Amino acid sequence: MAKNNIIMDIKDFDFTYAGVDDPSLKKINLPIEKNKITAMIGPSGCGKSTLLRAMNRIHDLYPGNTYEGEINLYGSEGEKQNILELKKENDFIKLRQKVGMIFQKPTPFPMSIFDNVAYGLKLAGIKDKVEIEERVKKALKDAAIWKETKDRLNKSALGLSGGQQQRLCIARAVALKPEVLLFDEPTSALDPISTGAIEELIAELKKDVSVVIVTHNMQQASRLSDYTAFMYLGDLIEYDKTENIFLNPSEKLTEDYITGRFG
Amino acid sequence: MSGNLFKNFSFFSATLSFFILVGIFAVLFSYAQDALHEFGFDFLYNETWEADEDDEGGIFGGYVPIVGTLLSTLIAMAIATPLAMGIAIFLTEIATEKLVKPVSVAIELLAAIPSIIYGMWGLFYFAPIVQATVGGNGVGLLTAGIVLAIMIIPFMAAITRDAMNTAPSVLKESAYAMGATKFEVIKDVVMPYAKGGIIGSIILALGRALGETMAVAFLIGSVMSIPSRVTDPTTSIPVLLANNFAEAQDLEMSSMYYLALILFVVSFVIISVAKFYFLGRKAA
Amino acid sequence: MNRLLLNKIILILSTLSAVIGIGFLFWILITLSYKGITSLHFSTFTNDLVGGGIRNLLVGQFTMALMASAIAVPLGMMAGIYLREYSNNGKLASVIRNLSDVMMSAPSIVIGVFVFALFVDPFGGYNSWAGIVALAIMMIPIIISTTDNMLALVPKELREAGIALGGSKHKIILQIVIKAAKVGITTGVLLSFARIIGETAPLLFTSANNQFFTMDLTEQFPSLTVSIYNLATYPDAESRELAWAAAFVLTMIVLCINLLGRYMTRNKK
Repeated sequence: MAKNNIIMDIKDFDFTYAGVDDPSLKKINLPIEKNKITAMIGPSGCGKSTLLRAMNRIHDLYPGNTYEGEINLYGSEGEKQNILELKKENDFIKLRQKVGMIFQKPTPFPMSIFDNVAYGLKLAGIKDKVEIEERVKKALKDAAIWKETKDRLNKSALGLSGGQQQRLCIARAVALKPEVLLFDEPTSALDPISTGAIEELIAELKKDVSVVIVTHNMQQASRLSDYTAFMYLGDLIEYDKTENIFLNPSEKLTEDYITGRFG
Repeated sequence: MSGNLFKNFSFFSATLSFFILVGIFAVLFSYAQDALHEFGFDFLYNETWEADEDDEGGIFGGYVPIVGTLLSTLIAMAIATPLAMGIAIFLTEIATEKLVKPVSVAIELLAAIPSIIYGMWGLFYFAPIVQATVGGNGVGLLTAGIVLAIMIIPFMAAITRDAMNTAPSVLKESAYAMGATKFEVIKDVVMPYAKGGIIGSIILALGRALGETMAVAFLIGSVMSIPSRVTDPTTSIPVLLANNFAEAQDLEMSSMYYLALILFVVSFVIISVAKFYFLGRKAA
Repeated sequence: MNRLLLNKIILILSTLSAVIGIGFLFWILITLSYKGITSLHFSTFTNDLVGGGIRNLLVGQFTMALMASAIAVPLGMMAGIYLREYSNNGKLASVIRNLSDVMMSAPSIVIGVFVFALFVDPFGGYNSWAGIVALAIMMIPIIISTTDNMLALVPKELREAGIALGGSKHKIILQIVIKAAKVGITTGVLLSFARIIGETAPLLFTSANNQFFTMDLTEQFPSLTVSIYNLATYPDAESRELAWAAAFVLTMIVLCINLLGRYMTRNKK
């Protein structure tokens, strides 16, 4: 595996939720290619969201979960860091500044549009007002929402529509210039027009970040992604280039899911 | 670093309730020691309450205030329970959409009125009416019981209403579709859901009524004797404390702490029973 | 036929109950207002108790309620934050929640007697600090419950979104979660303030009363509620008149704060 085009890789990863006997993820091995979109698909309960949420260690908000294996994040010089070994709060914070996440439900903070996007920057300790303003503006532009918000940056973010709120959350995440962006079913709570706008946005974003997207919408996966991972009941059944998964899957289980025999 | 400080301070604040509760029990118990040693359990049956001339000793028995507390509370509960149920039924099943809000607000305002206002109003407006209708002095057990009832009705009605609202509308609709009357729907569909909450609200209201001070202080007469008729004046534990604690010394004060301890423990037990068995433990 | 008759009877009785309840509310408010307004003079607000007015009493009652809030609100909110944000809803949290709820219904006179033993007896006399502590003890459980419940309404995704941006837990709690629950918590604080400002029993043997204007917290302190209790039972007509004036003013203050609190949550359904 050539290291310079992999940004993250997951090795023999097991994950068990607190208080549960059986693992939700079993021996997952998955590379994430740089500046590409990797989709994770599979029926409900297959573990795709669980895997996604392990990649920015957000499971750590809830104590008692156990895991094994490695999830490695590769730096610009090729240096490798197993994020499962991080323990200190400071390290988590640095990780999440590099690996951002967008959730299924749009989550605007109860503050103005400007403050929402600036929030991550302020957390990171950036104090220079000029720099903050510039980065907020760029982020809103990158998230294709600048035109709709530039005249009301000081108004509450809660006044935006669902699709706009989700794009705001994307702006908020990209303002930190992360290396990886994790999307957890980002359009399942939105109407078709907003969905289309966000899909366009994600396709543009891969120029600057590597994208991992969990979706239960197979058409979305085949439209958007370069690579697809199909998961079932905690196992990674198949991983390949998206065309191969959808036109020529190797595993029968994959084929059955793609063709709608179950799911 | 300040993250840990924040977390620890929040933990300390959370345990405060526990420490205050334990502290109250400890202080009451310790200040009641003299009376506990002097009188023991006989305190509960003794009707006398007399200080010696030198104010250092005396014979003190809690029978009268204990009985007064129980009787006034019982009268209040007997009156308040059906009225509170009625109001809850009105709010959940009878009132039209437009009426629900203003009536609810009115009931909540009743709950917000300070108890001393009830006492004062009761003394000057209500007591004369009781005197005119049933005789006696106006000030006595019955008047105190009735005004106490008015005070706890809003509280009970609110909890009962919330309990009744937990019944799923689908179930009620199916019952109506079968031709049940409103009362039958309430009796057979809503009550099973609301039962726990209703009993809990009754017990909780009982616990509160036991400790009510100011309204009862104005209206019960503050006389250290067992009432022979329901309109006679008597006293209750909170009233005795309110009126006599300030001048009490030594053994008399210790006896008051004894009474306070009894009141505190009984209230605590009753309220806990209400919460644990009927109103549901607060888990997640 | 019996069924329908029974149904009608129950419905009529229930409606009657509601009418009785509302009737009492109006009866109390109308008589209180009548007696109160006719007893109010300009001097009622400019004189202290010693001069036949309630000025020092109003200032005193507000001062103690405000100071009690200054203690109870931070402590109560922090406790509520612990319960909802840090505790993982384990057994300890359950016990604390239930204990706190029990404290909410505890007899206020017992709290007065408790604080007397700790803050009056050892210090040689009635003082305002004791009254403030007693009021705070009554207020804390209400704030804990309100904060706990309001924080529970904030969706977990909001917290996760904050953490995902690299926030530390306590920053997320203070800057995002509390903000999101702001309205509910403020209403809870207002309503509990309205409740303690009307309390009498906890003050009777802690801060007692004072006819003169004073801001010295180490002395007996003027109280509107304790004064009403004393004045109403004096035989002379002047004292009773002042008691009505005080009672009316107190009730108006309490009801206004209550209505303000409800107004703030009017859109929250």
